[in-house]
Amino acid sequence: MATELKMPALSPTMEEGTLAKWLKSEGDKIEIGDIIAEIETDKATMEFEAVDEGTLAKILVDEGTEGVAVGAVIAMMADEGEDVGDVEAPSASAAESSDEKDDVEGEGKDVGQEPSEAEVTETAEKPTRSPASDPAIPEGTNMVSTSVREALRDAMAEEMRRDERVFVMGEEVAEYQGAYKVTQGLLDEFGAKRVVDTPITEYGFAGLGTGAAMGGLRPIVEFMTFNFAMQAIDHIINSAAKTNYMSGGQMRCPIVFRGPNGAAARVGAQHSQNYGPWYASVPGLIVIAPYDAADAKGLMKAAIRSEDPVVFLENELVYGRSFDVPELDDYVLPIGKARIVREGSDVTIVSYSIAVGLALEAAEELAGQGIDAEVIDLRTLRPLDKETVLESLKKTNRMVVAEEGWPTCSIASEIVAICMEDGFDHLDAPVTRVNNADVPLPYAANLEAMALIDTASIIKAAKKVCYIEE
Amino acid sequence: MAKKPAAKTKTPDAGNLAAIDDPDFALKSLQEEFEKNKTFDASEEQMLHFYEQMLLIRRFEERAGQLYGLGLIGGFCHLYIGQEAVAIGLQSALDNDRDSVITGYRDHGHMLAYGIDPNVIMSELTGRQAGISKGKGGSMHMFSTEHKFYGGHGIVGAQVPLGAGLAFAHKYNEDGGLTLAYFGDGAANQGQVYEAFNMAALWNLPICFVVEDNQYAMGTATKRSSAETRFYRRGTSFRIPGMEVDGMNVLEVRQAAEVAFKHIREGNGPVLMECNTYRYRGHSMSDPAKYRTREEVQDQKEHHDPIERIKKTLIEKGKSEDALKDIDKGIRTRVSEAADFAENSPEPEAAELYTDVLVEEY
Repeated sequence: MATELKMPALSPTMEEGTLAKWLKSEGDKIEIGDIIAEIETDKATMEFEAVDEGTLAKILVDEGTEGVAVGAVIAMMADEGEDVGDVEAPSASAAESSDEKDDVEGEGKDVGQEPSEAEVTETAEKPTRSPASDPAIPEGTNMVSTSVREALRDAMAEEMRRDERVFVMGEEVAEYQGAYKVTQGLLDEFGAKRVVDTPITEYGFAGLGTGAAMGGLRPIVEFMTFNFAMQAIDHIINSAAKTNYMSGGQMRCPIVFRGPNGAAARVGAQHSQNYGPWYASVPGLIVIAPYDAADAKGLMKAAIRSEDPVVFLENELVYGRSFDVPELDDYVLPIGKARIVREGSDVTIVSYSIAVGLALEAAEELAGQGIDAEVIDLRTLRPLDKETVLESLKKTNRMVVAEEGWPTCSIASEIVAICMEDGFDHLDAPVTRVNNADVPLPYAANLEAMALIDTASIIKAAKKVCYIEE
Repeated sequence: MAKKPAAKTKTPDAGNLAAIDDPDFALKSLQEEFEKNKTFDASEEQMLHFYEQMLLIRRFEERAGQLYGLGLIGGFCHLYIGQEAVAIGLQSALDNDRDSVITGYRDHGHMLAYGIDPNVIMSELTGRQAGISKGKGGSMHMFSTEHKFYGGHGIVGAQVPLGAGLAFAHKYNEDGGLTLAYFGDGAANQGQVYEAFNMAALWNLPICFVVEDNQYAMGTATKRSSAETRFYRRGTSFRIPGMEVDGMNVLEVRQAAEVAFKHIREGNGPVLMECNTYRYRGHSMSDPAKYRTREEVQDQKEHHDPIERIKKTLIEKGKSEDALKDIDKGIRTRVSEAADFAENSPEPEAAELYTDVLVEEY
């Protein structure tokens, strides 16, 4: 049977091309790999290589012809043992039917186009699910004052005791006991096999950790600060976050990337940035940014147990603060659940990480002025607990978002969008963002203070949405 | 051998003086061991198997190129034609119960070398539900955890530290496995490759780094991009021994694998192997390959083709040409079936859009 040679698609965008030159003539014998013709695409002149052997029987499109559609039959080739004279050009109906074949729904070129696109929006609704609630703490549980630093260490140690596959790696995590002492004591208890000092090579060890997770281990990769993780962000996003999806669910990557995030004190612009919004924009990642010690512990344990890659954002300025932590054998909190830190009825202040402390201070002051503020700690930035935010909006009808970070494309911006889309009818005032100034963080003490979010600006915004004059 | 710019000096050379001064420095010991006997002593059955496997890759890739031309495969599609001996020579030496493999985006051949069903590979290329990644990965992103094949990675060089991580897991679990991490001559210039070399050597990880030097990083010839084009030497400053191998000769590649894997399994840490090879097609389907002459490509096909080479050896050993032709026919039929399957399988269900983003529900 004769073989049809069709106009090939030679680039991802090509729809038609010019048949520039025939390099074989009718009657020529064709071997696999022979260049039969030259074709000009929208980008370049390409060679059309034979993929079958045979004899070129009939040329159907003359050289120099422009606008030849991809898939059009341009020549006929006789197979081995077939008489060239017997080969006929495809009849009009045959050509039509082959055209039709290209238009079969859901095949070839029409993939992803009408009408299937309309269907996609209808049938492929993103599933939604209410996040689980925090476990109840039994009455009479002893509460122990613990620093965030200790809480994080305790969480890692407990999980390392529980699961042999868990190990910690990073710069200065072992012998130095952690640049910020978060891994203090782990080397002594677990040894050098499971507490691994790395060279200063963020891209490399983030990739190595990700590979180890793909290979079945449960790495905790510490970045001395998340500023340095910018060198490694390719592995966090391209390798860790996307692989489960790209593999159709075959290849998991249970890893925790953790370290201090956000502004420290007087360290200048390159060491002072909040990456929460960056990571929270990436499907395939879990992003956690706790404030107090109990949440840090419960969520770190959940992060280590998760089958998904987690970015766990801590804050250097909060490491030393102490909070009550319930003395329980296994205190694990649900990922994706916000917490109402302070109940109130007049205005909601949504926040996370270090700004939760400022929001609570602001709420105290507002209470003195007769304004009853509710404070929500998001705790997890992805998946974001919309439900808790919108429920609170329903109650207070006014919302301020307090975030230590830049305003543009921030978590605050996301909360504003959520309220516009799903809470519009409950709004009595525009949702207002309170963020850092939109500048690289300056070094000078006065400028730094001006650039960072503070309690006063949260109070001012809360009053504004309540339409109360200063 | 495929590579032929400057003539290569025989070892030992000036660059290896440090090795001579330091008896512990294993840089050239492997190459010496390899030079003693560069041809794997394969049985006729093994040779036939190599021939069959390489031919399967070739015919599969030719067909993939054809399907791309018909618009059934989209986006990027990097073909392995010409490089078949590298994947077959190396992977035939693996212990599939414990070893792992990782590579870049030119990954179809490495999957076929594992004997993974051509239907599911071709269906991934056409973006169908039956594809090995349910149609969500495409040509560059394919995985088979069942075979310990860890991809299929689209970012140039990323697979090298990931591979070091797989090797870290082998060592941590004490499972006796090693990792084979392939990358190209282009990726060899990425900084993260050297970060991985450093950690692999520092921690004595069981990994074989393989540079598949096909002479061109997309359109840039190695001599235009690389200060040191003999990539096997690039492990020197990390104390990683290097091996230089003719990647167009499957028996030589296999023999090199025997030497390297033994070294690694004995607990001596990583090896860096350079396989000199040649890709006949463009970098991807949209590459007109104007950076090299037709004569250069023709010369490689006529004088260095890995499949013709083993075919010749088989015929010398008494195999009939007809018998080999029958094998080719069988493979063509198999590949046609895979192409038909891939063309006629349904696309993924719309509901698949939101599956596999995360493993757990939160």
